[in-house]
Amino acid sequence: MNDKLIIAGKSYSSRLLVGTGKYKDFTETRTALDASGAEIVTVAIRRVNLGQNANEPNLLDTVPPSQFTYLPNTAGCYTADDAVRTLRLARELLDGHSLVKLEVLGDPQSLYPNVIETIAAARTLVADGFQVMVYTSDDPIIATQLEDIGCVAIMPLASLIGSGMGILNPWNLQLIMDRVSVPVIVDAGVGTASDAAIAMELGCDGVLMNTAIAGAQNPVLMASAMKQAVEAGRSAFLAGRMPKKLYSASPSSPTAGIIASTRN
Amino acid sequence: MAFIEVMGYSGKRVALERNGEIVPRSTFDTAQLNDGDKLEIVVAVGGG
Repeated sequence: MNDKLIIAGKSYSSRLLVGTGKYKDFTETRTALDASGAEIVTVAIRRVNLGQNANEPNLLDTVPPSQFTYLPNTAGCYTADDAVRTLRLARELLDGHSLVKLEVLGDPQSLYPNVIETIAAARTLVADGFQVMVYTSDDPIIATQLEDIGCVAIMPLASLIGSGMGILNPWNLQLIMDRVSVPVIVDAGVGTASDAAIAMELGCDGVLMNTAIAGAQNPVLMASAMKQAVEAGRSAFLAGRMPKKLYSASPSSPTAGIIASTRN
Repeated sequence: MAFIEVMGYSGKRVALERNGEIVPRSTFDTAQLNDGDKLEIVVAVGGG
C-alpha cells in the first residue's frame, strides 16, 4: 500500500520522527534510531566546546546527514529573533538544508510554546526560504494561521515536552486536522506506544518523540514498540474503525437456534 | 587573524555568526576576525 508521508514535496515511508537527545551515548542513539525506523531526526544547535578534542565523537559521524533527514530545532529559544538566528546558522551548518523545526518557548518550567513569537518567527523564516515544520499549541486558530503563513507541517503538542502524559485533548487535534491541509504531526508529550497509536488512529500524519524513547528503561525496545504503534495506528485509521455505541445492540453471534434454557 | 587558525581543526563541521551575520563555510579558509568581533560558533548536537 502506497501510504507515504509527504512533507514539502518529499516523501517518507516512516511516519515516526525522532529526536536525538537524552541518550546515554551516540551508540545508543543510533541503535534506537535504527529500531524506530525513523527517517527524519531532530537535532539541536549549540555552541562548540573550543577546548574539546577535535577527535571526539560527534553526532554527525554516528547519524550521518547523508543517511537521515535532519531537522534542526530551535530548542531553548524564547524569542523569534533567537529562533531565526539559530536556524540560519543551522542552514549554513548543513550546506543549505532548509527543512527545519521551529519552536519558540514561553517559559522554562512548562516549555509551553509562545505562539505569538512562533508566528513572528515563522513569517521571517518562510520569507527567507525555509521549509518550516512548526511546533505549536493545540490551538486550531493558531494552527491555521501558521499554515497560512506557509509552514509545511503543523506540529501540535499532545502534552508538555518531556512529560509523557500522552494526548490530553484529542478534540483539539481533530479540530486542527479538520482545518489544516499540510501534514499534522503530533510533537511532545507522547509517553508510551498506545499514545502514538492513538495519535495515528485520530488521523494524524505522523508523530515526533524523543523522551518517550530515550527516557524508557529499554530505549531500543521502546523504539521498536513505537515503530509498530505508529504503523498499527495508521492501519487502523485507514481501515475505518467500527462506530462506538453506548449499548451494543448487535451481538457477533447469531440469535437464531439458541438452545432452550432450563431456567424457570 | 584567520578564523580557521582560531578553530585549530578545519575538519570539524561548525557554523559561524560574526556580529550577527552568517559567515559562509566556503570562506572559512580566508575569513578574518577583528578585535571586538562577537562570534557564535555552533555545531549540531543531540536534541528533541
